[in-house]
Amino acid sequence: MGITKVRKNFHQARWDEPMIFELSTPGVRGIIPPAAEAEVAAAAGDVVGKLPESIRRKTPPALPEVDQKRVLAHYLHLSQETLGSNLNADMSQGTCTMKYNPRINEDLAMESRFANVHPWQDEDTLQGILEIYWGMEQIMKAVSGMDRFTLQPGGGAHAVFTAASIIRAYWRDKGELDTRDEVVTSMFSHPCDAASPHTAGFKIITLMPKEDGYPDLEAMKSVVGPRTAAIFFTNPEDTGIYNPLIEEFVKVAHEAGAVCFNDQANGNVLMGIARTRDAGFDLCHYNLHKTFGTPHGGSGPGTGAMGCREEFAKYLPYPTVEKDPATGRFYLDYDRPESIGKIKGFLGSAGVVLRAYCWAMAMGPEGLRETAEISALNNNYFMELVKRIPGVSAPYAEGHRRLEECRWSWQPLTEETGVGTDDILRRVGDFGLQHYWSSHHPWVVPEPMTIEPCETFAKEELEEYAAVLAQIAEEARTDPELVKQSPHKCATHKRAAEEELDDPTKWATTWKAYKRKIGK
Amino acid sequence: MADAEVFPYIPNSVPEVKAEMLKAIGISSVEDIYAEIPDRLRFKGELQVPPRCKSEYELRRHIDDLFAKNKDCKEYIGFLGGGVYNHYAPSVVTTIMERDEFLTSYVGDAYADHGKWMAQFEYASCMAELLEMDAVNTPTYDWGMAAATAIRMGARITSRDEALVCTAVSPDRLSCMKNYAWSAVPTFTMVKTDPTTGLVDLKDLEEKMTDKVAVFYFENPSFFGVIEHQGARIAEIVHAKGGVVAAGVDPISLGVLEAPAKYGVEIAVGDVQGLGIAMSCGGGQGGFVATQDEPKYFGEFPALMFGITPTIVEGEYGFGEALFERTSYGSREKAKDFLGTMAQLHGIGAGVYLALMGPKGMAEIGEGIMQRSAYLAGRLNGLKGIKAPVFSAPFFKEFVVNFDGTGKTVADVNKALLERKIFGGKDLSTWFPELGQSALYCVTEVHTKDDLDALVGALEEVL
Repeated sequence: MGITKVRKNFHQARWDEPMIFELSTPGVRGIIPPAAEAEVAAAAGDVVGKLPESIRRKTPPALPEVDQKRVLAHYLHLSQETLGSNLNADMSQGTCTMKYNPRINEDLAMESRFANVHPWQDEDTLQGILEIYWGMEQIMKAVSGMDRFTLQPGGGAHAVFTAASIIRAYWRDKGELDTRDEVVTSMFSHPCDAASPHTAGFKIITLMPKEDGYPDLEAMKSVVGPRTAAIFFTNPEDTGIYNPLIEEFVKVAHEAGAVCFNDQANGNVLMGIARTRDAGFDLCHYNLHKTFGTPHGGSGPGTGAMGCREEFAKYLPYPTVEKDPATGRFYLDYDRPESIGKIKGFLGSAGVVLRAYCWAMAMGPEGLRETAEISALNNNYFMELVKRIPGVSAPYAEGHRRLEECRWSWQPLTEETGVGTDDILRRVGDFGLQHYWSSHHPWVVPEPMTIEPCETFAKEELEEYAAVLAQIAEEARTDPELVKQSPHKCATHKRAAEEELDDPTKWATTWKAYKRKIGK
Repeated sequence: MADAEVFPYIPNSVPEVKAEMLKAIGISSVEDIYAEIPDRLRFKGELQVPPRCKSEYELRRHIDDLFAKNKDCKEYIGFLGGGVYNHYAPSVVTTIMERDEFLTSYVGDAYADHGKWMAQFEYASCMAELLEMDAVNTPTYDWGMAAATAIRMGARITSRDEALVCTAVSPDRLSCMKNYAWSAVPTFTMVKTDPTTGLVDLKDLEEKMTDKVAVFYFENPSFFGVIEHQGARIAEIVHAKGGVVAAGVDPISLGVLEAPAKYGVEIAVGDVQGLGIAMSCGGGQGGFVATQDEPKYFGEFPALMFGITPTIVEGEYGFGEALFERTSYGSREKAKDFLGTMAQLHGIGAGVYLALMGPKGMAEIGEGIMQRSAYLAGRLNGLKGIKAPVFSAPFFKEFVVNFDGTGKTVADVNKALLERKIFGGKDLSTWFPELGQSALYCVTEVHTKDDLDALVGALEEVL
């Protein structure tokens, strides 16, 4: 067995890096673009000088002027001041499924026959990438039980918006869009399950959990009716609790005529275990950048694979990727008159689809199921360790097991010591671990901590993480200021003036605004 | 043990480890955890997915075989653009984007992820200099989403629900915009493009611009590559009725073309893909949205905005989220639209690109693109039956080529070019039938004189 080590002597790189603009010296060059050949330039004439005065740039943009090595060093420094998930036991970002992002997939994405491909090339020159899209759709259909998928949405919230757009088109076709204007969701579903349908034009009704943390079927019955266009539910919810009555929820909605959407952002634990279609859902989505192992990119690019039953397939964004059964040739089908249209330019995040396909092909049927089972096993093992730490609790679902994650509460420790979850999550960074994620707002679970120890993490890493939490809980009792003033060993220190970020005279999100407001 | 499936990406797939963990939990099987799921909802079959490529080498060979069915814009000479651009991606940009630190980060706070926040801040800052605007979002999905966001922001700023859009936009982008904006702006009214110049038809704009219109959106350069030089007059017309001016711009043009803020644009949008991000079959997109940093605009951004802020150590740069309550992460459906995983890595890449290029690089690349595209248009226009460019106003990077006089369709021409390892311009005959048999050609700094001459030579053979 490997060892379990708490990295007490960890220290992140801290370069005290100047802003790129502060490295600038007039005249210095970082790269030189290729000049047009003399004959080309001569034939073209003074192209810039001939531009109408009104549109010719008069003042050059005040971009940095930095040599290439210093640009590289600057960004290498900034990268070293970033704790990517491939560098640490990042079970911290609960609901985000921070699994290993394989290097081979990066090498493949850099290949010219992918990286230098234009999406409008003749289909005969895109057969490889179209086959990957088609293959990925087949995999998604198998995992979910749905009939069709689109891989066009650029993220989970975008897939949820796509579903809401499809549901809107569905009710418009039925002539009921004016009366079917409500969407029901639950508080422990992701905020996009409220925000995305709202952006699509629906009113949102949010169900609060019962005292035991489970979704409230009676409350659901009381709000679902002739105005309900759809329900948007995450299951398992962000608490890691699987709703055992999910079929009942779907049944109630269907009896009222509503459409049922299942947010499968937490679906890592269900692959090969349970399919969303079998619980009666009409539409669903999975995050390829979570469940299918593609890098999160600091928050994108991603892909929200959105699936549906055949009845809704005609509304999918165009183009769909099809395979001619006679010839085996793949093609793009733009001729979809009832489509909601484009949801993202071109084919969506093709690089994410490629990497997800590679990940799924590296796993195969037994690997997908192993992924699910080990994520459940890891979470329950981790819970055994954390439950022993005085000061933390796992609210709700007493006597039940969580699936892939748990939303913990540090409330007992906060009451005892005054140290809150925001302090603890900063302190976690001092041990070479990513700051954990507390919870979306509002904080229904007080002093929350959401940890998702997916299949990527070794037993020793689970133990390391739990030991770090135990140590911080102990510090909260013996030296609370140590925790409250943390982090001490990260790339920077605690923010000193959070309120200024809400003050229009102080906030500055660009160097230009900073110089203007702060007068540097 | 020898027969157990052990997965390199799943350390605890080792049977002994599993057994130890189950024991510690006090259960005999992982099925005890899945007992939470009603039995009738359990999937009992075998997942119908392809068998795994057990070794990394097998996976590589499988993908190599698939990629062998693709062609690319290195092997072929490509003249396709329309939003995905074949610009050169500098090594430093690719190196930084492929660092696992950035690549595999996500939503970590600005301590352990300080570098990511600062790189994003610098990206926004460089874009701010290009655009002469000092509030820029963390990137959204792409240009279409950015343009749609501008429409929705315009509606909120003015409390109006109508939008005008110039016809010279990509129909695909327009489709994205309409779908996304619908609940705020149910219908778009299209403003004509002058058929001779390719510029916005000001008379049509004046007629359609009423005090019910929230926002007018146009592109500069337009989808046809036409440089819109009537910006000040457009702004005058829109502002006279209390509307907001939004424009889509190509950032790589802004070393030579005027910053949109200088001609009255209040919300500037576009795509960062051309700034050093590989085309990747359309996967390299990232949408920017920019305004002046004034509360009436700033408060309407749906995106995260990374603000610079002091830390407890004197002189240290820290970062945090500015006006977080705007976002759906903060306020669910009460927020400004929705927020999610979008395209931050492409923002970081674009920031590195702009830091490398500097003002001189941007001026040079802009001029070089204009020279090459002017050269090609001139040579094509000399070919029998071809008109290039179709529109009379100056153009940047892209231009419309008409083949009506050749008696051939664009489809025929492109098929013949493909046989000569050339991807001809985008066929516009379905999207814009009024342009006849026309194609949109895109020329960038990657094209050498030989490349351009090769196209001319091929067309001479084909026509």
